[in-house]
Amino acid sequence: MTAQRTPEPLHRRLGLTDDELDAIVARLGRAPNDLELAMFSVMWSEHCSYKSSRPLLRTLPIQGSDVLAGPGENAGIVRIGDGLAVAFKIESHNHPSAVEPYQGAATGVGGILRDIFTMGARPIAVLDALRFGDPADERTRHLVRGVVAGVGGYGNCVGVPTIGGELVFDPSYAENPLVNVMAIGIMPEDRITLASAPGPGNLAVLFGSTTGRDGIGGASVLASATFSDDDPSKRPSVQVGDPFAEKLLIEASLELVDRGLVAGLQDLGAAGITCAVSETADRAGTGIAVDLDAIPRREEGMLPFEVMISESQERMLAIVEPDRLAEVVEVCERWGAPATVIGCVTGDGDVAVVTGGLTVDGEPAPGAAVLARIPARALTSDAIVHERRAEPPARRRAAPAPGSAAEPDGDLPERGMDPGAVLLALVGGPNGASRRWVYEQYDRHVQTGTVADACGGAAVLRIRGTRRGLAATTDCAEGVSALDPYLGAAMSVAEATRNVAVTGARPLGVTNCLNYGDPTRPEAFWQLREGVRGLGDACRALGLPVTGGNVSLYNESPRGAIVPTPEIGVVGLLEDVEKRAAPAFRDAGDVIVLLGRPGPGLGGSRYAALAGADPEDGPPTLDLGREAAVQACIRAAIARGLVRSAQDVAAGGLATALAECAILGGIGARVEVAVEGAPAIELFGESPSRVVATCAPAALAGLLATAAEHGVPVERLGTVGGDRLVIALVGRGATGAAEERGARVADEVDLAVADLAHAWEHGLPRALGEDA
Amino acid sequence: MSVRIGVVVFPGSNCDTDAMHALALEGAEPVALWHESPDLHGVAGVILPGGFSYGDYLRAGALARFSPVMRSVADLAGRGGLVLGICNGFQVLAEAGLVPGALVRNRSLRFVCREVTLVPERLDSPFTVALGERRPLRMPVAHGEGCYVADDASLDAVERDGRVLFRYAHADGSPALDPADPANPNGSLHGIAGVANDAGNVAGLMPHPERAVEGILGSDDGRAIMASMVRSAHARAAAGGPVRVVGGRL
Repeated sequence: MTAQRTPEPLHRRLGLTDDELDAIVARLGRAPNDLELAMFSVMWSEHCSYKSSRPLLRTLPIQGSDVLAGPGENAGIVRIGDGLAVAFKIESHNHPSAVEPYQGAATGVGGILRDIFTMGARPIAVLDALRFGDPADERTRHLVRGVVAGVGGYGNCVGVPTIGGELVFDPSYAENPLVNVMAIGIMPEDRITLASAPGPGNLAVLFGSTTGRDGIGGASVLASATFSDDDPSKRPSVQVGDPFAEKLLIEASLELVDRGLVAGLQDLGAAGITCAVSETADRAGTGIAVDLDAIPRREEGMLPFEVMISESQERMLAIVEPDRLAEVVEVCERWGAPATVIGCVTGDGDVAVVTGGLTVDGEPAPGAAVLARIPARALTSDAIVHERRAEPPARRRAAPAPGSAAEPDGDLPERGMDPGAVLLALVGGPNGASRRWVYEQYDRHVQTGTVADACGGAAVLRIRGTRRGLAATTDCAEGVSALDPYLGAAMSVAEATRNVAVTGARPLGVTNCLNYGDPTRPEAFWQLREGVRGLGDACRALGLPVTGGNVSLYNESPRGAIVPTPEIGVVGLLEDVEKRAAPAFRDAGDVIVLLGRPGPGLGGSRYAALAGADPEDGPPTLDLGREAAVQACIRAAIARGLVRSAQDVAAGGLATALAECAILGGIGARVEVAVEGAPAIELFGESPSRVVATCAPAALAGLLATAAEHGVPVERLGTVGGDRLVIALVGRGATGAAEERGARVADEVDLAVADLAHAWEHGLPRALGEDA
Repeated sequence: MSVRIGVVVFPGSNCDTDAMHALALEGAEPVALWHESPDLHGVAGVILPGGFSYGDYLRAGALARFSPVMRSVADLAGRGGLVLGICNGFQVLAEAGLVPGALVRNRSLRFVCREVTLVPERLDSPFTVALGERRPLRMPVAHGEGCYVADDASLDAVERDGRVLFRYAHADGSPALDPADPANPNGSLHGIAGVANDAGNVAGLMPHPERAVEGILGSDDGRAIMASMVRSAHARAAAGGPVRVVGGRL
């Protein structure tokens, strides 16, 4: 037993530092009372205030001629023509999912969907980017099962298809899994509803579920601190989701917006009512007086601070002109989402919490007591900002990236493996195998818009009533990011946009979920700073606006931090959804070409993780100009109808890309790969800015001309056909190395497509111990 | 004149607009029917769509059957009107006792969404007349509780009376009768994917024909099922009301 000590002061127990308390006192001109302190503690949490990341995020490019709403709104919105706009955003629910995987993931889906329909858009798709530790570990398996079931349980019920995402295993996520969820919505562009509270005298109307004690301090306790060991006391901080209530909330909200009944709309997420009223008031330059007694509660005896910061799910705040109230109440009640007036917009700029009633002007009624009064901006736009210290790690790799002919590091085989065995291991490994086990648990077809789901590459949706389509993906090059956080972030943007480009779509914008460690640790903050720099540079080079995002810090446990994970979500526009490409090989006789040229560097690759590579081997380099050219080239070739299939070269390299095209197409191929230096780099290197495309023989001249037009190197690799994937290694590098490999080693890959498909199909359930 | 077919909107229905879209493609006039109103607006037939009616609390479909609209749907069914329950709609019909059997948790204990192959058992039902021939049909399933079960006596009766409309099948059309067959996505007994009531005018179907109505969605094999219902409803309306069962007793 430790000796009794003086209890920690309240602000520290709420997660506020002494400096932050001083800043609060400065803003109020007095000491806060306990309720005010609780409100500050959630609003000034990292999760709500972006207090460490805000100065960095300001450097990101956000301009775009079609951007209708950008960062700071609940979701970014981009115009797509035909009078339509698309809303999209990605957000993390990492810590809740680590504590309670099903509910953590489910409420992650619920939260991001609310961000979409709050803007007036109907949610049309969800993508989930998931990262876990070793799949052989029983706890990881428990988390995977729970998170996947939670994403499905919520999305399936609410009637929004889950069309894509990622599942990556890396030991650094063992204690701190990542659950990032992206949602996409569509709306007439003139229907954008902003989350603001204009017009003093307007009513603040809460509708949806009642307010309970669940999720108290979710933003501050869970999302903004590192994990000590499994702490069951944090479990009540995880909210509980009700997708049925959310479905009703969607329909009620969209009808309110459709009929022009609301002046503003805001969902309740982190920090609950406190966040919703302060953000809407601050955006409009108004205040809101909250009638605490009017808030419908789930249980008796809730304290004022519990009511004000509860994160009970499936609640919305509408700002309503008084003469519209009856209609608003009718709509909400019809959808089973009861509406209650809980306050009034005021002109004084303050969030006031009152017990004992309000007058129609939002003044405390005679005999009423003001329990809290805080300038709205002090809680939101004028929240504290920390200038954190950034320091690169003491030891950074200094060796030049090898991979030239002189470097032996990339030679095959390592440890007696032949390239076919490496390919089978990559294709059937936990990170390379088919995600079917996951995505079959998700309804991918509801709303009948899904043209291509996540089986390979980006997902494609058609927009009913138009010729247009949307392509969407999430991506993160966490392997490279671990070695070089700047390059990793830039590479993530390149990969995500390339994924969209190979469908034929033009990327509209980037949303990001920045998952990093404890920002008070200089090395972790350096990683974040480098990541944001890479994100910004890549977006500028590719001409893309960052339309929104989310920062998740403190992704650490006593056993270490996660690798820096800048998750990138991209939505692209297909002008004609009929003119789209997919990765699957099509017909025997189609010609296979490679757009772009391989570069050295195996660091951070799947091959390096599997076979081992020199620890001093660096990651490949990224030339953003070349990346832009390759993407423009494949888009043009698809639009011209020259392309039969297209797949980007990413994790697992060229051989893996070819294997995926063959597996998905159910047809083989014979290709020759000229080895300049090291076979491992040619076959399994993950240097960016490359696309495998096929075309009919008659279209080859056109495809080559298109490549020349864009200044993109192009190489004819071989031909589609047969039931085997044969990759012959030719050239100087191949013959030279082959002699040293010994008798058991092949200098070509020659595998039955059926064997590749078997490994690919069974790899994931086997890794998770789920294969029957 | 196009035939009017109602699509019930329960709170939690999420395939209602897809069903209406599919009906419109077949030339019918879809009419949304709100769960709280017993008024069927004179429709010639009704679809109970997929989704999670009333959140599927208690049991899938268990609460929906008590809604005001369901009394009217049961009346319509009793008068020989066409009623098709898809996915959650099938669960509602089974809970309401309007079709035989029950739907329980998938054998895998997981939600399953994938494209499956079906074969029709009959071509003379109001829901299959437009199929033309006994051919495999591809369309998606998406459910957590789609495993069709019935006690031995009921199952015998369902088979004896020819009330099985569709079975899960392999790509070549051979039925996946074994609950453990990988082509049987949920472990349904006898591979049953769709059944009709005694009179043949009420049917439940676990797969989603309304999601397979355009080539761009991967399959348009569901159109023939939607077309069958529209054509049958039209014929009944022309004959003066929903009384005569096309093809006689099933």
